[in-house]
Amino acid sequence: MPKDYGIGASTKRREDIRFLSGLGNYTDDINVAGQSYAAFVRSTVAHGKIKKVATEAAKAMPGVLGVFTGEDFKDVGSNPAGWLIHSRDGSPMHEPKRPVLAYGKVRHVGDAYACVVAETLQQAKDAVQRIADESEIDELPAIVDMAQALANSANRVHDEMPGNQVFDWGWIEDNRAKTDEAFASAPHVTTLELVNNRLVPNAMEPRASIGEFNHGTGDWKLTTTSQNPHVTRILIAAFVLGIPENKLTVVAPDVGGGFGSKIYHYGEEATVLLAAKALRRPVKWVAERSESFMTDAHGRDHVTKIQLACDKQGNFIAFRTETMANVGAYLSNFAPVTPTFLHGTLMAGPYKVPNVYVNVKAVMTNTAPVDAYRGAGRPEATYSLERVIDKMCRELNLDPFEVRRKNFVTTDMFPYTTPVALVYDTGNYHATLDKAMELGDVAGFEKRRAESAKRGKLRGMGLSTWIEACGIAPSHLVGMLGSRVGLYDAATVRVNATGSISVMTGAHSHGQGHETVFAQIVADKLGIPDSSVEIVHGDTSKIPFGMGSYGSRSLAVCGSAMTRAVDKIIAKGKKIAAHMLEAAESDITFADGKFSVAGTDKAKTFGEIAFSAYVPHNYPLETLEPGLEETAFYDPANFTYPAGAYICEVEVDPDTGKVDICSFTCADDFGNVMNPMIVEGQVHGGVGQGIGQALLENTVYDENGQLLTGSYMDYAMPRADDVPFYTVDASCATPCTHNPLGVKGCGEAGAIGSPPAVVNAVIDALQRGGHKNVTHIDMPVSPARVWSAINA
Amino acid sequence: MQLTDHRDINADPQTVWAAILNPDVLKDCVPGCESMTGTPDTQFEAVVTQKVGPVKATFKGVVTLSDMVPGQSLRISGEGKGGPAGFAKGGANVTLTAIEGGTRLSYEVEASVGGKIAQLGSRIIDGFAKKMADEFFTRFQEAVEGPAEEDADEEGAEEGAEGDGEKKKGWFKRLIG
Repeated sequence: MPKDYGIGASTKRREDIRFLSGLGNYTDDINVAGQSYAAFVRSTVAHGKIKKVATEAAKAMPGVLGVFTGEDFKDVGSNPAGWLIHSRDGSPMHEPKRPVLAYGKVRHVGDAYACVVAETLQQAKDAVQRIADESEIDELPAIVDMAQALANSANRVHDEMPGNQVFDWGWIEDNRAKTDEAFASAPHVTTLELVNNRLVPNAMEPRASIGEFNHGTGDWKLTTTSQNPHVTRILIAAFVLGIPENKLTVVAPDVGGGFGSKIYHYGEEATVLLAAKALRRPVKWVAERSESFMTDAHGRDHVTKIQLACDKQGNFIAFRTETMANVGAYLSNFAPVTPTFLHGTLMAGPYKVPNVYVNVKAVMTNTAPVDAYRGAGRPEATYSLERVIDKMCRELNLDPFEVRRKNFVTTDMFPYTTPVALVYDTGNYHATLDKAMELGDVAGFEKRRAESAKRGKLRGMGLSTWIEACGIAPSHLVGMLGSRVGLYDAATVRVNATGSISVMTGAHSHGQGHETVFAQIVADKLGIPDSSVEIVHGDTSKIPFGMGSYGSRSLAVCGSAMTRAVDKIIAKGKKIAAHMLEAAESDITFADGKFSVAGTDKAKTFGEIAFSAYVPHNYPLETLEPGLEETAFYDPANFTYPAGAYICEVEVDPDTGKVDICSFTCADDFGNVMNPMIVEGQVHGGVGQGIGQALLENTVYDENGQLLTGSYMDYAMPRADDVPFYTVDASCATPCTHNPLGVKGCGEAGAIGSPPAVVNAVIDALQRGGHKNVTHIDMPVSPARVWSAINA
Repeated sequence: MQLTDHRDINADPQTVWAAILNPDVLKDCVPGCESMTGTPDTQFEAVVTQKVGPVKATFKGVVTLSDMVPGQSLRISGEGKGGPAGFAKGGANVTLTAIEGGTRLSYEVEASVGGKIAQLGSRIIDGFAKKMADEFFTRFQEAVEGPAEEDADEEGAEEGAEGDGEKKKGWFKRLIG
């Protein structure tokens, strides 16, 4: 019987009542008395020298309250990178200043160089047009192509950098010579050059911010679309504006999706705060969709050459990669870590390969900043590995399922240290592969292929096995790797006098369903109904601290902090119960919401203990404080390592090149599952995004750095009829060994595992259809690209 | 985007050359042109309203003529700002060659756009630029030598009744004799 409450139950999402009935409270729904409206003047050229920003006429226009330019923010700090990466030669990466508003130069289309605040949005936009018309920007040659950016160090995105290379990173440098030797003597080497296409995150809610300043108290308040309000607070307070952290409140109310793009601090947030102070008015800004396309941190954009060395039976000997990673015009907060430690460390996959060496050059270009996007580095690693393995299998005429099977790390090898420095704590990769093959009916494929062939369609099957390191992360480890922050999380469990509970979590929910799942966990641990537990998040004035939600970390890290806090509540409850029941503390047990004296029928309910803590008439006040509220900070001992196997079946129309996905099967190991329905939904969403990347989505800049895919007419998002009904399974669970819930994280899995499964399936279909010369097609595998490959 | 094409115009190179330098001809030939002022020696200032896909904007900009070899070749370049719609710029290298019965006008056009036009209209920008160039040179041809044959016949029938002997001439040719 499936559970109908608590841990493991598919409890319906309580937040959906407001999300699905138009009752959500997003930043744009919030209006503050006296609020004014900001609009930004954005560069229409990719690279230009700012000669004149014409503000005088705009300032005199109706309703205009103030005009701000990059020069006004010259003296405040800059938006920093959160990680310091060192190059192979030991030198630290280049960190060009990222100003609040551009001055001197504009560096990508959409780069904001001025801001107008007016009584109405239309008045602000009119003044923006005036400034755009009258300002003078001398266009410079745009730096768009990464290879050219590296080759030509004279034309620079940032004049103060010696070229356009941020770093040249090797992982692990000590592996380099050994890996090269392994390649030199290997019986077989497969080489694949590929592009991991640039993606626009496309959260349903565009970014929005409201800045307020109270001249009476000196308090600042920022309401903003953030996945991590405390991180945003630190960045603004300590790095950008230099204001005391305790005088700044950051509120992230309902947030309509982020996928990574709302981790980062953006200049608009600092601008509305400073403008609010200067103008003595609250200032609101809401991005238009065009602004989202141009300025939200994009994802992926790697150009990679990967090589696989193996014997003739397909036993892996070594992987070696050379990657150029586009970081755009400015270093976004996580941009240095995404193509390095979130990418290179996963380049062993779930395989017992002895030699791995990864080289990544980060390159600045006159394009939007690129940073972590659902999966962040791990999709790039998985795509490279799974594509090159698939190519090798064809070259050596080996079965792709068997090749994976014989190379998997086996269950007796855990904890397993990879050649790229991770320690996998647990897993069972054979189990998820077997499960995927069973659910995907691999045995029946030939029959389905024959049936497709009768209809003139080419059917193919693609496999991908994936692993990721998530639940980021152990602070001591990330510190050694260059992180400038700790990556613990925190939660406060406040038991109210009447026994209901408020849980304040550092993790932020922007669609994931924390409010439901976290309540299930607390309720289960305390033996009380889910409805007695409320999850509070997204407000630095209400919650203790937290590093926010990204990297599939909310449950593994913040959920663990919350569990620890509940343990502290139970421990204190035992002390209170021991006093009330006149028993020794060590004799008190807690189960099903009752504190009992072991071996007797003497017991107090959780509610009675809570009441006593707040009405301490019969209470050990000499030794115990009244009240029942506990906070825990949790810093994980290791990453968590979810893994799985995905099988995709496609039909290709050889006349048009159109790819239809017939079925998609996922067998995942997420450790213990708290709410199966929500986990399944996360996998659906992730795979949907992965299919989007594989078949449809692409961000295109022309040679002048103009964004050609700046709207939904040109940027193809997956729609309902582009994706199949998924088969999703999470039964092959090996619980995480080092967190109290045994959970691993599921948010990014689908986006990591699916793109190579789709592309492998397309290549399989074409190969089986006789198009033996087609060994690779870059994503998105659009009809035009497939047709061209067939007809090349 | 780039395109190369040519037109054979029923007028001698000197007439064609004079027409190119005439701001009134340019104004009539640039599609959507609302005003064109200035001289070929300095530059022309132009206001052009155009709709590219979903973006309609009024561009204010300058048109300059350069690399002039009288009666033979020149370069026409233009750049316009359309406020939040972005910008458009382009140029055409024009060569005149005397052929039997008139002049061959050859042109190489390149154009680029930026801002919202690029983001929203990029799919159609090549077609749009080609259409603009075709329209420009078609109008130019008409201005110099008169409407195309079939149009001329229709108009000729009407105008013929009024006894207008200038029916086959374009308005520019009429102007200069």
